[in-house]
Amino acid sequence: MTIEHPGTTTANRLDRVIFGDNQFFGVNHMSEERARAQAMRFQDADAIMAVLDDAVDSGVTTFMCTTHDRIAEITDRVRAQPDRYAHFTFLPCMPYAHKYADAVTEHGMLGALRRFLPEEGAMNAMVRGGRSLATKDIEGLVTLLIDAEMAMFRGTRTPVIWLQNVVTDLLLGLGFVDAFAMFAEHARSRYHAEPGFITMNLPMLLPALDRAGVANPLVCANINKIGFRMSGGMDSYRDALEQRPFRAVAMSVFASGAIPAGEAIEWIFAQPNIESIVFGASSKRHIAETVALVREHAV
Amino acid sequence: MIRVGVVGLGKMGLSHLAMINAHPEVSVEAVVDSTGYILDVLGKYTGLVTFGDYERMLEAVELDAVLIATPTRFHGPMVRTALERGLHVFCEKPLCLTSAESAELASLATERGLVTQVGYHNRFVGAFREVRRLLDLGAVGRVTHLHAEAYGPVVLRPKGSTWRTQRTEGGGALYDYAAHPIDLLTWYAGAPVGVGGTVLGSVFSADTEDEVFSTLFFEDAVSAQVSVNWSDESFRKMTTRITVIGTAGRIQADRQEVQTYLRATAPPIDGYDTGWNVRYTTELTEPVWYYLRGEEYSAQLDHFIRRIYEPDVEAANDFASAMLTDRIIEMMTADAAAGPSVTSGAFAPAPAVPAKRRRQLLRRRA
Repeated sequence: MTIEHPGTTTANRLDRVIFGDNQFFGVNHMSEERARAQAMRFQDADAIMAVLDDAVDSGVTTFMCTTHDRIAEITDRVRAQPDRYAHFTFLPCMPYAHKYADAVTEHGMLGALRRFLPEEGAMNAMVRGGRSLATKDIEGLVTLLIDAEMAMFRGTRTPVIWLQNVVTDLLLGLGFVDAFAMFAEHARSRYHAEPGFITMNLPMLLPALDRAGVANPLVCANINKIGFRMSGGMDSYRDALEQRPFRAVAMSVFASGAIPAGEAIEWIFAQPNIESIVFGASSKRHIAETVALVREHAV
Repeated sequence: MIRVGVVGLGKMGLSHLAMINAHPEVSVEAVVDSTGYILDVLGKYTGLVTFGDYERMLEAVELDAVLIATPTRFHGPMVRTALERGLHVFCEKPLCLTSAESAELASLATERGLVTQVGYHNRFVGAFREVRRLLDLGAVGRVTHLHAEAYGPVVLRPKGSTWRTQRTEGGGALYDYAAHPIDLLTWYAGAPVGVGGTVLGSVFSADTEDEVFSTLFFEDAVSAQVSVNWSDESFRKMTTRITVIGTAGRIQADRQEVQTYLRATAPPIDGYDTGWNVRYTTELTEPVWYYLRGEEYSAQLDHFIRRIYEPDVEAANDFASAMLTDRIIEMMTADAAAGPSVTSGAFAPAPAVPAKRRRQLLRRRA
């Protein structure tokens, strides 16, 4: 009973509603107090799994998640009960940026890189040896990092692999668009997954993905009625939704609670080309309410 | 187009580069770093023009401004060179390791009529701007005390060594973390007249402090306390908090929200009522052209560029303002070294420095 798109020609499309994981890891864009309360509640993987079970029972079976260590405990549970979680799908988002950022602070840029590479690999030897990096080396580096993050999902369904916004947007700002193609290529060839790109700069990203040769890309961005964190402005988002060929996944639809739920859902599904929305919730009631609103407004 | 050179491509430098490179009115003409690969990769994949040497870059490329994000000890000489060449300068915080050097650079920039700015991004956070607006309106009456805090998970074990863990290079919780809440205090309360009770404590670091506690004294009997710890894993990332207590109420703010309690004696403030008022980041934040890691980082760079175009725009975080923060850091360092006043017995310095260094200091004193 997943919430799928109407019609049967949409086999490769994502579900209308995707469950997010910010609430499980102390991320709350509204209140640090609330973030901490959630961090306390969800430090136990059982508490996370209980909410995911509520989501599954409400028909939400796609989980978009970071590669936080605790997610490995969730994938273990999903693998352990194949019948219960027959439709359960992970959409991993990588890299888990804090892990890398903290390592950079602690060990410096190259020190951090070394830490995340296999100890005895040729790549590590090269970085250690101070040789310059050739194109195939960069590709090798990208694939090694992806493989490291994907290890915890082995044996689960991962039809999409997302690149986190902090990395997507860093590469975008730097103009390093070839990296998008490398990421896309590895996601497709190694994991048979569709590459996805999370961004805070949708109007700027789409032409860059075009240049990188990533056609009809899956892109996840803040899209909400009040324009919260929609860099480039509401008008350029609307133009992109109307004119650009891409698959839009909307996040921050409620703008961290600044928009009443009914109003937010009605508005988002009135926009063109919205394939799915991602939302986070930590109560059964909240999940059920959101699902009911989606059933009402998503046509 | 403002032609910019970006110098230093560490964590801050790379993120500044991405933001400024995406700015519609900026052209990044060159990037400088001492690390070969970073230059190789950027040169190969982004087409940016790269240099391994700052002076050589300045010789070779025509610029309007530089953005400097090197370790702090390099700031002084690099900024001076840029100002002498007539370039506007955006520099990461803290500005210099001594306030005297910062003051010299500030007056040099004023003489030359150049735009300067230091990366105290908190002044561009919607919630912290709202605090300033409320204070300008006298919302909480006469302010008696402020409390400025910063906590986060930077140094969590004795190992690890980068310039951030070396005091002499501008590392340590005082320069790296405490500078932010201190800078906010100077924005809200001005220049302090004294500093007392400073503790620069080590939690894990061998060569610098991991925690900072201090009291600042301002005119008119206003005081402030600073409480900083960068070895606190319970915080997911750096968290800065401000509390302001006044005769007519109280304000507490972090990056996400401003909670204000107004007594019935508070002056009327548009949109605010007596009792608790909460304003969230969603309503306090102005949109930016490009978002990487918080609107404030983009907004501060936009402000810098805007000031180059329009010199009449009021300065935020110029060198003179950043010099004040450097001065307070110096006062705290001296205060911590002097140790606490004692009620009885022998003088026992606070464990500001690791035991080995402490023994050396004591020997020197003897």
